[in-house]
Amino acid sequence: MFTNIGEFLPFILEGLSTTVQAFLFGAALAYSIAIVAGLARTSKLAIVRVVATIFVELFRGTSLLVQMFFFAFVFPSLAPFTISTFLAGGLALGFNYGAYASEVVRGAVLSVPKGQTEAAISLNMSKFQRMRLVILPQAFRIMLPGIGNNSIELLKGTSLVYFISLADMTYRADILRGANTALSSQVEIYTYLLLTYFVIALPLVLLTRWLEKQASKGVSTA
Amino acid sequence: MTWDWEFAFEIFPDILSAIGVTIGATVAAYFISLTLGLVLTLLRRSSFKPLALFVAGVIEFIRMTPPLVQLFFVYFAFDMSPFLTGAIVLGVHYATYVSEVYRSGIESVPASQWEASKALNFSTAHTWQKVILPQAIPPVIPMLGNYLIVLFKETPLLSGIYVLEMLAVAQMIGSETYRFLEPVTIVGVLFLVLSYPSALFIRYLEKRSGQLPGSSEKGVKT
Repeated sequence: MFTNIGEFLPFILEGLSTTVQAFLFGAALAYSIAIVAGLARTSKLAIVRVVATIFVELFRGTSLLVQMFFFAFVFPSLAPFTISTFLAGGLALGFNYGAYASEVVRGAVLSVPKGQTEAAISLNMSKFQRMRLVILPQAFRIMLPGIGNNSIELLKGTSLVYFISLADMTYRADILRGANTALSSQVEIYTYLLLTYFVIALPLVLLTRWLEKQASKGVSTA
Repeated sequence: MTWDWEFAFEIFPDILSAIGVTIGATVAAYFISLTLGLVLTLLRRSSFKPLALFVAGVIEFIRMTPPLVQLFFVYFAFDMSPFLTGAIVLGVHYATYVSEVYRSGIESVPASQWEASKALNFSTAHTWQKVILPQAIPPVIPMLGNYLIVLFKETPLLSGIYVLEMLAVAQMIGSETYRFLEPVTIVGVLFLVLSYPSALFIRYLEKRSGQLPGSSEKGVKT
């Protein structure tokens, strides 16, 4: 065991950069969407709420892999322009996990006590100031652990880009499996791959735990 | 490319015929995750510390690595039918999530219930069976229901090891006819039609059963 890791690592590391890029692109998109859609669902305007709800339920109700196929294989035949495989994978990841994370944002905003809004109104703050200075800073702390968990799911979700032939770690492992190398078996390749994903996810998990601890620190609860 | 109704009607029966595989895999995986999840929860609370730590480590590892890679690992490591491999891998993966749900249920049972059982001279096994679990599980049933939908939406992964579920059939049609618009859209709509009403029903149950300590939205993928 572990004798062939020297051969595995350099090969798989090329896929690592794709995995990390897909993760970062997906996360940036997901959290932008999460904030917009999450706040939109708490809006007073019915039309804004309905549009946001349809978007969220559409992406939560279908499967991530189906969405990825849609962006990779269907979208190019519908749109007059082409998108790269990376963009297709990133869009599916961002939209799907953004829809899930928007629920975290919505839950956090709604969990800020009503008295805070009332106090801000009595201080003559505008709607925008109220959100920016009073509600969001408090909601942000509540949503951190949820966002952390969502990020771990997103990292795991990047492995699905394998299906649309984007050369991430999982795809590279598949190539390695097909190539006849000294790496003794397929089982060995996938054991190394599992360990590699574990090592990458570890900092994310530790960060999430730490945030969870920080979030509950020094906050008076009712 | 525009939507071709004739083509859509022609392929619809083929895709629909695969729904049995999709649902079968979901139900098999769900059964595994419900039973194994409970076993994991109880083992994790074992008073024999090395066992408890080992189980906690295994749970973390499974949770932190992508189910797709686990699928490939098991597929190449064991000589099982793709369907069985898929059901076991998804079942074991989500057992680690389900065990968290059980844990939140168990932790919501007051410690005084243990003391009362001890006063009545109940054995540990007897206490679990007659006192703790009957109080811990009913309130978390809606949360467990969520994982049925989660598993349903994860089944397209199984196309990676050639299980002919709905998305695999759609992909086959797509690569033969060069038309992905209709097959992928049909699969997406079928997923939405089946999962969205179920999700609404579970949300209704959840609201009715009231909030448990630890049943907040964080980390729970619905």
